[in-house]
Amino acid sequence: MTLANLIPAHPEPPSLALPYPLVLGRAGLSGFPSPAQDYEGRVLDLNERLVKRPSATFFLTVTGDSMVKLGINEGDTLVVDRSIDPRPGHIIVAMVDGEITVKRYELRGDVPCLCSGNPRYAPIPLVDLDCQVWGVVRSVIHEYAV
Amino acid sequence: MIGLVDCNSFYVSCERAFQPRLRGRPVGVMSNNDGCVIALSTELKALGITMGTPAFELQHQVRRGQIHLLSSNYELYGDMSARVQSVLEEFSPGVEPYSIDEMFVRFGGFTSDQMLEHARQLHDRVRQYTGIPVCVGVAPTRTLAKFANRAAKKIPAYRGVCVLQAGTAETKALLQRFELGDLWGVGQRLVERLAVIGIRTGWDLAQADPKRIRRSFSVTLERTALELRGISCIEMNDFHEPRQRIMTSRSFGKLTDDIGEIREAMRQHGQRGAEKLRSQGSLARAVLVFLKTNPFRQDLPQYTPSAVVELSRPTDDSREILHAAGHALQRIYRKGYLYQKGGVMLLDLVDASRQQLSLLDTPQSDADRQRSAKLMGVMDELNSRMGRGTVKLGTPSPGAAWHLRCANLTQRYSTRWDELPIARAK
Repeated sequence: MTLANLIPAHPEPPSLALPYPLVLGRAGLSGFPSPAQDYEGRVLDLNERLVKRPSATFFLTVTGDSMVKLGINEGDTLVVDRSIDPRPGHIIVAMVDGEITVKRYELRGDVPCLCSGNPRYAPIPLVDLDCQVWGVVRSVIHEYAV
Repeated sequence: MIGLVDCNSFYVSCERAFQPRLRGRPVGVMSNNDGCVIALSTELKALGITMGTPAFELQHQVRRGQIHLLSSNYELYGDMSARVQSVLEEFSPGVEPYSIDEMFVRFGGFTSDQMLEHARQLHDRVRQYTGIPVCVGVAPTRTLAKFANRAAKKIPAYRGVCVLQAGTAETKALLQRFELGDLWGVGQRLVERLAVIGIRTGWDLAQADPKRIRRSFSVTLERTALELRGISCIEMNDFHEPRQRIMTSRSFGKLTDDIGEIREAMRQHGQRGAEKLRSQGSLARAVLVFLKTNPFRQDLPQYTPSAVVELSRPTDDSREILHAAGHALQRIYRKGYLYQKGGVMLLDLVDASRQQLSLLDTPQSDADRQRSAKLMGVMDELNSRMGRGTVKLGTPSPGAAWHLRCANLTQRYSTRWDELPIARAK
């Protein structure tokens, strides 16, 4: 048994809903004891902000440049939430021809289509079973080299 | 009412969730070291390939692209299992994992119509949120729920959800339609003996005099008969299908966050599980450990983690099992939660006597294995003669790291930053 075999089945325990309104850092300056005292050590948690439903949230890495105009670059990380029903205007991840693809969900006339941010790629009508929505992109993480 | 949620071809479904090209294709998942097939898609079964088929026998079909064989990726399966469980927890506070791909769910206060709708919703939601297709069987008892699940899986008209009440015409028709051997806890030998006294279907068994069943057969079968009538008398730990998995779990007796106490409880579960494994002549391929806070104390933070650790080889050695369970526990334990219950499951069992194991799965010398078998034998005998717990294992020693052959290992899509699935923007 090596540590490499070790398997984390649950990423992090879901954090508790805040039992109090978000406390601003300056609360203690007003002369009253800080209401944050009881919760010392608490930090802002990006999971709480970006991951609304842990059980349905997956991260994907982007490859390709067809979505640059819509703010999605090569190498970005997509936060994808499968619990959301896609609506026109959503950026979604879909399965097209056996591949996972990122597109914008749009209505062309009455036909739901998958469109990219680059006119070189024609819209794909969402009609047959070879083309299915996988999940809705909630946010995009773009990291800079620093 | 109690529901049994069973994931369809679970390991294959986990892979398919991230690899659309595998949908509708014959797919198999191999044991560690790529020895033999341990999980199959329905398409692969349709080709006549069965559980345990050595992988090398299928190599020509793989090369021709007719079938896909993947190395087992327990990290992915463990994460997907935890996700399925947490979706179920949105529907009920009473979720009990029964295996990596099966969970019991308690429901209260529904009329029969509402129940069907609720179960349908649960069925659809697990699929949507996790990508894993499931079947749901709901009934007043565990045995009937398991049976309803089977009906949901086998009869397309149910579309994956079957809710049964005891003694209704529907239940009667189904129990008459399925063979006795399809029932939980009724093995082939029993089927033959029951046929002699004219009990051929589940319905016959439900109608038989329970006292007579008890006298002629066993208390266990009497309970099965009662459960088919809708009288609940089987608890989770009483019942396991020994050929597939072994599960040992219990409440801690009080809410605790003491890692020492929890570790000791898990050690006992692991050791007990390993004893059961040896007494039935099986080896386990993986160990699942879970913890649970008390769902009825919504004033306390809730946390129901689980983790799966793949064993380096199929084994029944308590030391290796405890070692794996210890690692898993260390990984999931978090301070600040009061735990109510925990358990250890031994997964993907194989027959210890199967010959091909030594060739394909076991990078362990014969001498080594005999030493281990001897030690475990002595331990079991002492414990059975002088009382359980006479000989216990302390902190397990770290095992050697074997080099595993996992040529077709898929990415750990949902648990590693450097193995995320790729979304193409092309």
